Amino acid sequence: MTTIDVRGLTKRYGPDTVVDDLSFTVSPGQVTGFLGPNGAGKSTTMKMIMGLAAPTSGSATVGGRRYRDLPVPLTEVGALLDAGAVHGGRTAYDHLLALAVSNGLPRRRADEVLARTGLEFVAGKRAGGFSLGMRQRLGIAAALLGDPAVLIFDEPVNGLDPEGIRWIRGFMRSLAREGRAVLVSSHLMSEMALTADHLVVIGRGRLIADTGMGEFVRGAGEGAVLVRASGADSFARRLTAAGAAVRGGPESSLVVSGMTSAEIGKLAAYHGVELSELTPQRPSLEDAFMELTRDSVEYQGARA
Amino acid sequence: MSSVRFTRLLHAEWIKLRGLRSTWYTLACLFVVGLGITGLSMSTAGADHAALTEAERQAWDPTNLSLTSYIVAQLIIGVVGILVVTSEYATGLMATTLTAAPRRHRLLAAKVVVATAIAVVAGQALMLASFLLGQALLAGQGVPYARLGDPGVFSAVAGGGVYLAAIALLSAGLGTIMRATAGALATLVGIVFLVPALAGLFPSWLQGLVAVWPTRGAASVLTTVPDPAHPHPWLNLGGMCLGVAAVLAAAFVLFRRRDV
Repeated sequence: MTTIDVRGLTKRYGPDTVVDDLSFTVSPGQVTGFLGPNGAGKSTTMKMIMGLAAPTSGSATVGGRRYRDLPVPLTEVGALLDAGAVHGGRTAYDHLLALAVSNGLPRRRADEVLARTGLEFVAGKRAGGFSLGMRQRLGIAAALLGDPAVLIFDEPVNGLDPEGIRWIRGFMRSLAREGRAVLVSSHLMSEMALTADHLVVIGRGRLIADTGMGEFVRGAGEGAVLVRASGADSFARRLTAAGAAVRGGPESSLVVSGMTSAEIGKLAAYHGVELSELTPQRPSLEDAFMELTRDSVEYQGARA
Repeated sequence: MSSVRFTRLLHAEWIKLRGLRSTWYTLACLFVVGLGITGLSMSTAGADHAALTEAERQAWDPTNLSLTSYIVAQLIIGVVGILVVTSEYATGLMATTLTAAPRRHRLLAAKVVVATAIAVVAGQALMLASFLLGQALLAGQGVPYARLGDPGVFSAVAGGGVYLAAIALLSAGLGTIMRATAGALATLVGIVFLVPALAGLFPSWLQGLVAVWPTRGAASVLTTVPDPAHPHPWLNLGGMCLGVAAVLAAAFVLFRRRDV
């Protein structure tokens, strides 16, 4: 089974360290989400895996070999790095045919991947007239040409309409089910929540988390509890006295953290406070992600 | 499984070029403009010849007159050579191409070979067509004209094709170094037009350089009457090829080293 191994990968541009001693593994049979804020070094890392950028130090290998040492690269790795990367004057078929021919793949592969990505009816059309969604599909078709065991997608849902996003999600899941190693980058946690089995989170070029999706969610910690009570102000004081952190929520509710809902319920019963709502708030993945990467966002907006 | 073979890369580059309308428009433009220039410049040749002195008639070179289309042809051929490389940078396609062919020197070699092959075929065809059209027009006006078998004619016509092929190589090299169409084309124009045209403005210590400026002397392979300034035009063309080789060598080194 083919894996991507990134070991101590570092890239410096002058004084800037874009990727800093990064190590992780992308395993077959699952979708690995590659997450980080904009400018975290995701694209640079992918380019180094693909041999498009030279690492300052460290290594990135596919099935134990550097990309440029792969004898027939398209049969081992397929990548969609930039959906815009097609010549507008070339037909979808010619674009794929040139790639197939360069790797000695049979011509019928071009037809097959066009069918698999739903582009067979525009095969003879010039790519300049394609919508972003169609270009995205064409890029994915190119990635599939050599039926590779490893697939790399850089921000594949960027700019797509809901229909296109759904298609890509399902497509990536099906590729992983076929036993392929799929690496997908995104800066949107919510997107990864629906696609990825495993997460590699980076910020400012450094590894922040390398974990299964389930652990990531659990690791995000206990959430807050939403409380509605008669005499909210006095109950808030009692909660604070009991060691919880309390802030005002919507419609004179209280958002309590540091205590479980069971503990809050007991405290209310002890003091004879009537509760009309006691709802644990699950931390969203978005929150967990923001929490993790807060210190590594390149340009931070002012707090609202 | 066998690795990415060079012939496959050549084939892939050919598929890419042949599928673009712009390739065929550019080549059509090459012949329309090239033969148009030959036709226009030959149309008054009869009157021109009548006005010449006896000494000037000795230097009458019907072959060279008909081949002046090379002046514009080199720009159009240059555009083909430049675009083979820069169109991939402009669209971002270079990254995709390099993931299919990660051994970069082979890929660049394939691009250069395809661009040059087109230049050789189209350039040679244009030179031959220009010669035949020009001589037919001269013959029609009753002034001295040349035949393909005349001394020096074949060398001049073939030399024109070689010159245009060298320009294609130069352009592909410039396109690789600059990675942008406008920059590469401006540099090409500077090399083939501006330096020779502005030579008179340069200080005297630079005149020596201008005198051996490659594209200047090399173009005298297109003559059949010896040019006193360039007694050995094929040597000049050889010198130009050395210059082109240096540009290409730099292009290969940069293409291998740079991140895409």
